[in-house]
Amino acid sequence: MKSFKFICDKAIPLDMVNVDTDQIIPKQFLKMVKKEGYGEFLFYNWRYQNDGTLLTDFVLNDKRYSGRRILLTRDNFGSGSSREHAVWALRDFGITVLIAPSFADIFYNNCFKNGILPVQLERQNVEFLFKNSENEDIVVDLDKQKVVCCDHSFSFLINEFHKRMLMQGLDEIGLTLELESAIVDYESKRRNHSSA
Amino acid sequence: MGRTLFDKIWDSHVVFQEKDAPNGNPSLIYVDCHLIHEVTSPQAFAGLKQHGRKVRRPDLTFATMDHNVPTTNRSLPVIDGDSSIQMHTLRENCTEFGITLFDMLSPQQGIVHVIGPELGLTLPGKTIVCGDSHTSTHGAFGAFALGIGTSDVEHVLATQCLWMHKPKSLSIKFTGTINNRPGISAKDIILSTIRHIGISGGIGSVIEYTGEGISTLSMDQRMTICNMSIEGGARAGLIAPDEVTFDYIRGRPLAPSGEELEKTIEYWKSFLATDSETCHDKSVNMDLSRLVPQVSWGTNPSMVVDVTENIPYPEEFADGNVEQEKSARRALEYMDLKPGVPITEIDIDRVFIGSCTNARLEDLMDASKLLEGRTVSSRVNAMVVPGSQSVKRAAEVRGIDRIFKDAGFDWRESGCSMCLGMNPDVLAPKQRCASTSNRNFEGRQGVGGRTHLVSPIMAAAAAVEGRFVDVREWF
Repeated sequence: MKSFKFICDKAIPLDMVNVDTDQIIPKQFLKMVKKEGYGEFLFYNWRYQNDGTLLTDFVLNDKRYSGRRILLTRDNFGSGSSREHAVWALRDFGITVLIAPSFADIFYNNCFKNGILPVQLERQNVEFLFKNSENEDIVVDLDKQKVVCCDHSFSFLINEFHKRMLMQGLDEIGLTLELESAIVDYESKRRNHSSA
Repeated sequence: MGRTLFDKIWDSHVVFQEKDAPNGNPSLIYVDCHLIHEVTSPQAFAGLKQHGRKVRRPDLTFATMDHNVPTTNRSLPVIDGDSSIQMHTLRENCTEFGITLFDMLSPQQGIVHVIGPELGLTLPGKTIVCGDSHTSTHGAFGAFALGIGTSDVEHVLATQCLWMHKPKSLSIKFTGTINNRPGISAKDIILSTIRHIGISGGIGSVIEYTGEGISTLSMDQRMTICNMSIEGGARAGLIAPDEVTFDYIRGRPLAPSGEELEKTIEYWKSFLATDSETCHDKSVNMDLSRLVPQVSWGTNPSMVVDVTENIPYPEEFADGNVEQEKSARRALEYMDLKPGVPITEIDIDRVFIGSCTNARLEDLMDASKLLEGRTVSSRVNAMVVPGSQSVKRAAEVRGIDRIFKDAGFDWRESGCSMCLGMNPDVLAPKQRCASTSNRNFEGRQGVGGRTHLVSPIMAAAAAVEGRFVDVREWF
């Protein structure tokens, strides 16, 4: 997996609460059997009109924000369906960091498997970024667990496991397979107790 | 110190515990049952093959096709090429890795969360995962069941384990009961609960549903409740197993049987309960004595009102929260609704009775009772999609299909269907649907489609009247 440590970029402001994964990647794009190629379908129903032309009033279509890799948004981002396609679409579109006051659990987990850092900040700090990120750079430093913008610095929490995964771009399955003996032990212990 | 039901299941499934990590230690949790389907598994199998890895426990892995199977005549070829490829891919993967598959034409085929319990795969105390958020359904049996992404599906296939940080425990206790309250159903309980706690109220938590309001419910009803735990943002829902649970399990084809089962039941009884209510991290009380039928008006499952109420004003719904107010305004615009209008004055075009929330036998029986001697409004197109082939057969044996068909409903083959519209069952833009499914998100049932979440009884009544009614008056 691709690692992530640090970014300095401006943000795309998606000023909405409860953005669900049905919006991030609508169901008609879940029929592929590949992990790549979802970027053009990101927020499809919000980005395109029925005839396939771009809707100009949606932030992702705003030229000022094109190429930005930080998505700034509101509470409960990624709610609803477990579809990892939502994360694949964000990644393929070029997003590396998400900043919001809260994320839905399954979505949050899915991010770390795909080299995306979801940063959870206090609501007032997210508000500060919304006010300033239009023209100001945001620094996100995973190692120091800090977000810096206009001389303001905000710390964020992340568990060590997720941090290590991202910093080192680790293969989680490979790591778990190193614990094979613990899994075998557990299985044999369970077999012995299954008649209980 | 006492433990919750969830603590006990969790503790008995820890394979390995990371020590002394800052901000929480992840645990490697063993998975007893892994359910897979055609949409979220192909990339997981591709990952395994790419690394030359095996499926560790094909005997604990079960597959079906539900998300994009057609619900019309299945002797015809699947027209949608992409869906067909996904189904074919699942077939190939199951053959290659030795996984039991309930294929589209299998007599056991159905929505993964309907067939798991039916087959007896869903049992108390188990850990169950599936690449689908509504895996929370299985929690109705006192199993820790959760939805996961495709990377985790691959991880479970390869290791039969999952890395997790332990969620918190939220108890929701229901006083009063809906028994002998005609017109009120389990769907109304869970919709009113999500309305109360909000769609992010359960983030980071496992919800244990307790109290008289739960213990008096059947298994089909309990599954409806646990199914929508994810709509409250929860990692999972749980209900402690009791005699109702054990009766359901007896005679299920893949469950233990005879003396072995009875011994296991004794073990479950001795073990699978929360020691004391004080063990939970947080508690919420809900009173069911004044519960009335619920109808959603907006674009998330907390945007719900009583059928006796009006469409709320955004500022009223938001209660001072600017962002919520904005989202309510957007929802009203999308739904093409005006604040202040009574819910009972909304005309509908479509009715969908189906989904892993509400397509079990009892759901269909409830709706059919109301339809006897009545017909679907001429301006409404109504369909029933049984949750599984077993549900469909059981309904047909009882003549329930006749009642639906005589009333003017379309009687379909089993699958997820118009809950998410991955198959040809979709709403046209601007169509308004009374749906027994779980999500009213923008475009969920079809681009531009408008979904109102309701119970099967309300859906049946809405089909007849062409609008929502206080269905209590029909009894």
